[in-house]
Amino acid sequence: MLMQGTMRWIRAFALVATLALIAAACGNGDDGTDTPEAPDVDLTGQSIEVAGVWAEGTGELQRINDVLDAFADLTGASVSFTSTGDDIAAVLGPRVEGGDPPDVAFLPQPGLLRDFAAQDALIPLDETATATIEANFASTWSDLASVDGTLYGVWFKLSNKSTFWYNSNALGDAGVTPPTTWDELVAGMATLSDFGVAPHAVDGASGWVLSDWFENVYLRVAGPEMYDQLTNHEIPWTDPTVITALERMAEVMQGDLLAGGTDGTLQSEFPNSVTLAFADPPQAGMVYEGDFVGGVIGTETDAVVGEDADFVDFPSIDGSPTSVVVSGDAAVLMRDSEAGQALINYLATAEAAEVWASQGGFTSANTGVDTSVYPDDITRRSAEALVGAGDAAKFDMSDLQPAEFGSTAGQGIWGLLQEFVRTGDVQGTAEALEDAASRAFG
Amino acid sequence: MSTEQTRASDEARPATAAPQAPSRRSGAGRRLLVALVFLVPALLLLGALVVYPIFFSVLRSLYDKPGDTFVGLENYTRIFEDRQTFIALRNTVLWVVIVPATVTAIGLVFAVLTERVRWSTAFKTVVFMPMAISFLSAGVIWRIVYEIDPGRGLINAGLQGASDLVRGPGSFPGARPSIEDGIEPTPEGGYRTTDGYEPGQTVDLGLVAIPPDLVPESAQPAATSVSAGPDELAGAIWLDFTTGGGGERGVVDPTERGLPGATVAAIAPDGTVVAEAKAGDDGTYVLTGLDPGTSYRVELTRDTFRESFQGYTWLATPLVIPATMVAYIWIWAGFAMVVIASGLAAIPREMLEAARVDGATEWQVFRRVTVPLLSPVLVVVLVTLVINVLKVFDLVLVLVPGSAQADANVIALQMWRASFGGANDFGLGSALAVFLFVLVLPAMFFNLKRFRTGA
Repeated sequence: MLMQGTMRWIRAFALVATLALIAAACGNGDDGTDTPEAPDVDLTGQSIEVAGVWAEGTGELQRINDVLDAFADLTGASVSFTSTGDDIAAVLGPRVEGGDPPDVAFLPQPGLLRDFAAQDALIPLDETATATIEANFASTWSDLASVDGTLYGVWFKLSNKSTFWYNSNALGDAGVTPPTTWDELVAGMATLSDFGVAPHAVDGASGWVLSDWFENVYLRVAGPEMYDQLTNHEIPWTDPTVITALERMAEVMQGDLLAGGTDGTLQSEFPNSVTLAFADPPQAGMVYEGDFVGGVIGTETDAVVGEDADFVDFPSIDGSPTSVVVSGDAAVLMRDSEAGQALINYLATAEAAEVWASQGGFTSANTGVDTSVYPDDITRRSAEALVGAGDAAKFDMSDLQPAEFGSTAGQGIWGLLQEFVRTGDVQGTAEALEDAASRAFG
Repeated sequence: MSTEQTRASDEARPATAAPQAPSRRSGAGRRLLVALVFLVPALLLLGALVVYPIFFSVLRSLYDKPGDTFVGLENYTRIFEDRQTFIALRNTVLWVVIVPATVTAIGLVFAVLTERVRWSTAFKTVVFMPMAISFLSAGVIWRIVYEIDPGRGLINAGLQGASDLVRGPGSFPGARPSIEDGIEPTPEGGYRTTDGYEPGQTVDLGLVAIPPDLVPESAQPAATSVSAGPDELAGAIWLDFTTGGGGERGVVDPTERGLPGATVAAIAPDGTVVAEAKAGDDGTYVLTGLDPGTSYRVELTRDTFRESFQGYTWLATPLVIPATMVAYIWIWAGFAMVVIASGLAAIPREMLEAARVDGATEWQVFRRVTVPLLSPVLVVVLVTLVINVLKVFDLVLVLVPGSAQADANVIALQMWRASFGGANDFGLGSALAVFLFVLVLPAMFFNLKRFRTGA
C-alpha cells in the first residue's frame, strides 16, 4: 500500500513537472533586446495574433516577423503571425463565422475588406490610428480602406505592379534597349528570339500574373476612367477597349515568345518564371510582375538587382501617359483589443515601414518614409513612382472585384485568361469573361 | 425425503433468495450504468461532430447562397447544370469506375506473385511504403515527377535521355534562317532554298535563334567570300546576329561567326539528294560532284535543327486525370496487396494442390480456384477503395497545377471550392456534400452487411 501511495505521488509530481516545463516553454521568452525608444503604450502581458498571406519561400515571412518583433520590443506585447497562404478568404471566412478571428489581419484585396466590413467583422480604427494615417498617406489610401466613410485599415505594404523586369546581360548581348513603348517591346522580343533566348517568361499556372498583364495593358489602352468602369462592371467585358487589350496581349503571349512555350508557361509558377529569366545562362530575357520580383531575384537566383537585373516602367501603348497599377496588403482590426489598435497605429508610422523597406521587396506609400532606407536604386525608383503617382495610381482590378471572379484559381478572370493563353481566342474569351462577371456581380 | 429437503431448501432459499434477487436486479442495472458511462461521451461526440453536421448540411443545402431564402432542390439541379460541377461529377464517375478495380487487380497480382518468394516481405514493405506518407506529400512528389521541363521532371528526363540515345539533338536545335525570303521549311524539319543555283555560285545561309553557349568553341569569324569550282556549290553557314546589336541581316558582319557542324545538301530538281557537306570552322561548306548545267536547291538538313525531346505535358488535358490516378494507385496498391495477401494465406492449400493434380494450369488454378476463394477479401478491398476514391481531394488539389484544375476537378474538391473558394456558396457546397454522402451510403451499407453476416 505504501509503495502504491508513493508511486502515485511520484507519478503526480512527474505529471505536474512536465506540464510546468511545457507551460514555460510555450510562454513568451524575453530575449533581452533593448528597446529603441520609450514605448508609446505598455502592453506587457497582452498577446495578439496577426494573420497574413506571406509564407515560406520568398523571404517575406521573415520580414513581416521582423516588423512584428519591432512592435513587440517597443510595447512588450507578444505577437504571433499566422500564415494563411494565398487564399486568405478561405481561412478567415470560417474563423469569422466561428467567432474566432485573429486580432489583426493583412487583407490583400479591397474587395475582401468591403466584404468583411459588410459582415461586421472589422473594428473601425480609433482616433490615434486614423490621425496617423491621414497625416502620412495620400487620401486615395484612406478611401480604399474605408467603407461608407468609416476607416478600417492602413495600407501597409504596397507593390508597384507596373515594373517590367529584364536581364541586363541578355538584353545587352542581344542589342535590345529596354523597351519604353509597346512597339519597342514587340520589336525587342523579336530580336531576343533571334538572339536565341526566349523573349519572356510568364507564370501561367496560377492566373494572377495573367490578370496583372491584362490590367496594365487595359489601363494603357482605355485610360483610368474606363478602368474604373470595367472594375465595377459598368461596361461589359465585350467592350471594344477590352477586345483591343486582349489583342495586344495576344501579340506577346504567343507560344514561340514564351519560355517553355504555351504548355510550359501554363505549368510554370511565379518563382519559376523569375528563376528562368535570371538563370545563368538565361532561359528568358524578360519577366513582368511587380516590384516584389526584386525580392525573389535576391532570394532565389544568383543575379544581382541593379547589375544583372533591372526594370523599366511597363511600356506605354499608343502614347499612353505614365500609369501605375498597384496592389497591397491592408492591416485591419478584427478583434477589439488595445494591443490590436496599437499595432495598427504602429503600422501606419514610418518606422514600421522602414523595418521592412530596408530589406527590399517592399514599397510603402507612407510619405514619411525616408526613401534612402530602400536598399537599392531599383526599389527606390519603384517606391518614388508609386508615391509620386499619388491619386493616379489604380488598384489591381482583380483585387477590387468579387473574389469568385477576380481572385479564385481556375475560374473567373484567372481561369479564363489561362484559356486565352492556350487558345488565343480574343472574342470567345471576352464573352466568357462577360458571362463570369455577370454571374459574380449579380 | 426429497420434499423435506426441498421444503428445507425452499425455506432456506427465501433467506438467501431475498438478498440475491435485488442484487441480481441491481447487478444488471449496474452493468447498464457502466455501459452508459462508457458510451455516453462517445455518443455525445458522435452526435455533435457527425449527426448534427449531417442534419445541418441537409438543411443548409435547401437554402440559397446567403442562407436566408428557401430554394428547395434548386441546388441539387445546379449540380447537373453548372458546367464546372458537372465536370467534377463526370470525373468522379471515371475515378470510381477505373481506380478501385485497377488497385485491387494490381494488389491481387502482387499478392499472388510474391506469395512464395523469399523476398516477399521486403517487396511488400517497399510497395506498402507510400501508404505511410500523406496524400499531400505524394502530390508534391508526383508533381515533380510529372514536371514538363526535362531538366526537372523525372519522367520527361528519362524520356529525353532515351530519345537522345536513339537520336541525339542536332548541332543547333531550334535555329531558323535569318531571312525568310528565298528559303522555306521542309516537312522533315530542315530548310530549303526556294530558288535553284547553278554550280559555281556562292550561296551563303545565315541562321538565327542560336544562343551564344551553343556556338561551338572552334567557330571562327564567318568567311566572307567563298569561291566555288565549276561543279561545286559553296558558301558560308553563319550566325547572322551581332552580339550587342547593330548587324545587318543577310550580310556577314565582322564579328559574326561561322557555324561548324551545320549540315548542307544539294537537292536536284527531282528532289534527290546529290551531295552533302558539313560546314567548317568559319562556316564554309563545299558541295562537290554537281552537274554544271543543272540548278540545285541548297538545303540545311534537319539533322542540324533537330531538338531534344521537349517533354510531354502530363498535367494538362487529356493526360492529367490518368496522371493523378497513377499517383493514387501508387499509394494504395500496397494496401490492396497486403490485405489480399493475408486473405491468400488463409486459403487452404489442399484445394490448390487438388486442382493442380487434376491437371489445371497455373492460370486456371488462379482463375477458377484462387480468385473465387479470395472473393470476400477482394470485395472488401474494392468497396473500401470505392468509398476512399469518392472522397479524393488533397491529391487533386496539390498535384494538378492551377491551369488544369478545372479539368481534373472532383466532387469533394468542387464542394470545397463552392463553399470556400471565394464564392462562399454554402448552399451549393452543402448540396454537393449531401450528394457525396448519398453516393457513399450504398457502399457503406454493403460493407456493414458483410461484417454482420460474418466475414
